[in-house]
Amino acid sequence: MIFEDFIWRALLGGAGVASVSGPLGCFIVWRRMAYFGDSVAHSALLGVALGFFFGIDIRLGTLIACVSLALFLVLLQGQKRLSSDTILGILAHTALSVGLVTISFMESLRVDLIGYLLGDILSVTASDIGWIYGGGALALVWLALIWRSLLAVTVHEELARAEGIPVWAVRVSFMALIAFVIAIAMKIIGILLITSLLIIPAATARRFSRTPEQMAALAALFGGLAVLGGIMASLRWDTPSGPSVVVAAAALFAVSSMGGVVLGRAR
Amino acid sequence: MTARPSNEVLFGEGALIEGKGIGHAFEKNSVLSGVDISVSPGEIVTLIGPNGAGKTTLVRVLLGLLRPDSGEVVRRPGLVVGYLPQQLAIDPVLPMTVRRLLRLTNRPGPGEMTEALAETGAAHLIDRAVQDLSGGELQRVLLARALARRPDLLVLDEPIQGIDISGQTELYELIARIRSLRGCGVLMISHDLHIVMASTDRVVCINRYLCCSGHPETVSRHPEYMAMFAPHDARTLAVYTHDHDHSHDLAGHVVPIGNGEHASPGSPDHAHDNSSHEHDNEHPEDEDGHDASSGGGAHPGPGRAPTGGEAF
Repeated sequence: MIFEDFIWRALLGGAGVASVSGPLGCFIVWRRMAYFGDSVAHSALLGVALGFFFGIDIRLGTLIACVSLALFLVLLQGQKRLSSDTILGILAHTALSVGLVTISFMESLRVDLIGYLLGDILSVTASDIGWIYGGGALALVWLALIWRSLLAVTVHEELARAEGIPVWAVRVSFMALIAFVIAIAMKIIGILLITSLLIIPAATARRFSRTPEQMAALAALFGGLAVLGGIMASLRWDTPSGPSVVVAAAALFAVSSMGGVVLGRAR
Repeated sequence: MTARPSNEVLFGEGALIEGKGIGHAFEKNSVLSGVDISVSPGEIVTLIGPNGAGKTTLVRVLLGLLRPDSGEVVRRPGLVVGYLPQQLAIDPVLPMTVRRLLRLTNRPGPGEMTEALAETGAAHLIDRAVQDLSGGELQRVLLARALARRPDLLVLDEPIQGIDISGQTELYELIARIRSLRGCGVLMISHDLHIVMASTDRVVCINRYLCCSGHPETVSRHPEYMAMFAPHDARTLAVYTHDHDHSHDLAGHVVPIGNGEHASPGSPDHAHDNSSHEHDNEHPEDEDGHDASSGGGAHPGPGRAPTGGEAF
């Protein structure tokens, strides 16, 4: 098979996203924040609409929308009247709907809605790759800097605070990082499916890991394999790229789980 | 173990941490008012009181986790705290070995880690997954984790939770030993004075306000304490002080003591019995035929008071 430029770009972009989403996804799994990730991702469409409306780079619009929503959630979680999953439920679908309504108001605009919702890895441009690698490298450095503190906070928040870790700053920084990575990865995997690329590789990696760091590295590896498999399948059978990547990730998870069960029985 | 440092002699400096007139209220319900407490280097201070007395709230205020509504907390500058929270269960989805847990909030070298684990009798657990540990093993590992920080102050919130009654005494003796070895201050919460008595220097009894404080023997006879815990506690106290016919190793196994003298009930010399424990632990041979590897429960000797959890 001769690889054309756009395939190389798709593979490069996918690998870049997977290497960040794997380690970050581990924390989403450990801290039970899947719904938070979903809510932030849903606001990305609002960012797309705002990007068009104000004539700024769509990726920048998405970034602003995601990070704002994440910080807004941090503020709202401070109140006690409503549980945090209720707040997430309200914001997630409100943000998505406001995004859709705003886009429908802009009549002159032709937007590839399905592309944003489900991802369009094969239309990744050279500037997208630059965006993904630049942003991805920044996100990895950012995560590496807060890694130890964030892990301590994840194990026991009060213990971390009693022993001198700035818990609030670490938490806010982590939420902003999730928003940042979602904004970067949206083009490849799509608003509706992004959480799965965070969670499924991490869940697959758990079985094979003894330390948090091993799990993070394996999650990046499994995420990369899923992206590779998904893109190949998408080319071969002309399927949409985002869902294909997710199906590949889920297949990896299923195989490793069944393998684990069989090995467990044999022991 | 025979050396019990006197704070005034060995440590001339002031308190590591001090709370003055601490008061706190949740939603206008006062849980603490006007409580004074301090911990000096090399001193074990035990906080006791009934459920809902505000023990955990007070500790959280001292640790800086909660801002007091009144009063102030003074910490010695640069104070390093090692903390054992009440409940620390690590979710199975987070892979974690003992080795990794020891490096959670600081970076001890391999030597320091082994040393801390050896000190709490958990050296063999270093490569185990934290989720596979028993309650007692986990407490020992968490204690080692706190020690690997080289703390000036150890804070333990009900450290004996999830540990059977025989292991509880053992753990308190371990804490006393660590204090003697390292000279750090210890602040712990307990709700049964009779078990901590032997390994505590000062007891602070609170019930939303400061009831009484002082030497454990004094507090145990204090009218306010008696009103709160007696007559139940007066009885169990007697049972406990009689009960020195055997000890328990780190796994909770029975390790008999030869013909060590036993303290009379309520004897002020009670604390010194620890030295005979320590000595006799090195000679596990036993005339009663108890062997160190038999079972994990308590094995009362013939004619002795039972030590099982039911007794308490």
